[in-house]
Amino acid sequence: MIMKVLLAMVVPVAGILIGLLYKGIDRILAARMQGRVGPPLVQPLRDVRKLLVKENIVPDDAVGWLFSSMPFVALVSVMAILLYLPLGITPVLEGYGDLILVLYLLIIPSLALVLGGFASSSPYASVGGQREMVKMMSYEFPLAIAVISVAWLLYSSGAENVFSLSVISGTHVWGLAGIPGLAGLAVIFLCMLFVIPGELGRIPFDVSEADSEIAGGIFAEYSGRNLALFYLADAVKAVAIASLAVALFLPYTVSGIFGLGGAAAPAADFLFHLLKVFFVLFVSSTVVRVVTGRLAISRVVSVYWKYPVILSFLGLLLIMGGTLI
Amino acid sequence: MEDAKKLKRLVKSVWVFNWFNSCGFTEILPVVGSRWDMERFGMIPVASPRHADCLIIAGYQTEKSIRRAQRIYRQMPKPAVVIGLGSCSMSGGMYWDSYNTIKRLSDYIPVDLYIPGCPPRPEAILKGIMSIFREVEDHA
Repeated sequence: MIMKVLLAMVVPVAGILIGLLYKGIDRILAARMQGRVGPPLVQPLRDVRKLLVKENIVPDDAVGWLFSSMPFVALVSVMAILLYLPLGITPVLEGYGDLILVLYLLIIPSLALVLGGFASSSPYASVGGQREMVKMMSYEFPLAIAVISVAWLLYSSGAENVFSLSVISGTHVWGLAGIPGLAGLAVIFLCMLFVIPGELGRIPFDVSEADSEIAGGIFAEYSGRNLALFYLADAVKAVAIASLAVALFLPYTVSGIFGLGGAAAPAADFLFHLLKVFFVLFVSSTVVRVVTGRLAISRVVSVYWKYPVILSFLGLLLIMGGTLI
Repeated sequence: MEDAKKLKRLVKSVWVFNWFNSCGFTEILPVVGSRWDMERFGMIPVASPRHADCLIIAGYQTEKSIRRAQRIYRQMPKPAVVIGLGSCSMSGGMYWDSYNTIKRLSDYIPVDLYIPGCPPRPEAILKGIMSIFREVEDHA
């Protein structure tokens, strides 16, 4: 019990540090791909430290309590997600929440952004908030289909409690499916990778921030401590969504292979999980962010509702067909 | 003393907001780009004055545009730094005898540093910013 309480305190803080570490790696890798040197690895930490000493401005026309509370809501909700996700180790709050809860919790940071944007009285932030809502409607649909497909596969293989995250990460989904099912899973995994940059608001789906069009969008009026909290929430959210993708599709561990026992096993699994998280983020976010430009807002919806939705339906059909044969 | 501590943290990650209506901006772009790469020093361009630590005013200002520049400065969270870029911000430059050119920027905005040149080379910009870093290091 004491162990659990300790873990519940350590895991969110570790999540913040890992998120900032990946932000640093991401910026260095992106810089190298563009032929630049890039910032030092600890730069995101320095950014946060700097933002904490800056003046924290609340605009006169803003709805003050909403404007100032939304950064906390965003950070706390993403830190809560980490407690439900298997990060190589079993989830801290195992048995208290499942995949559906995680999907709901993933919506909260975006909603906090939208509310904070609307509360800040800036027209740029209002436009950004509307765009964020439109974007949420676009990427939630393929994400939901991807999750349902994996749950269907587990259900048809006879697993109980298919939405429980420890069941999902304890089962190797790729071993359950037949040949059509494997193709279906590959397609669904691709859709999941497609959803990640939208969920994180990275290029090419950063329409709600859009520096060159609407001056930072939702964040236009945020400064100082509030901006630092959003910065941290963004870093943790990257870890959370990538951990979800890893738990669904790459739930492999290394402790069994090397025959580790005792305290070394969860440590090794945790480090391997980090490696997988960084790999997923590198493929779906860093590379994509460097090689593409921003899509127009009207194209974001059509891109999401055409390709990933059709592809994920195809994957779902393949998986269902595979289980029926 | 407290301010010196704040400034020390500030120079580790400077977010730059550009206000420009002249050629000085063409020399800022290469500093952002891959050849001079100011992200090495933790400096990135931002789009909103609320995020900025450093306001770079490039080139000459007119009676009309200086009001916008002052407004941007008031919107920035403090502590913040203002840099005047190019000869025009010091003396009006080649527009010195125009009826509506601002001759000296520091009459209107608290300028911390002028970087001369018409327009200044990217090296000059980096050198100017380095001198701010040194100033902070020496006084803290």
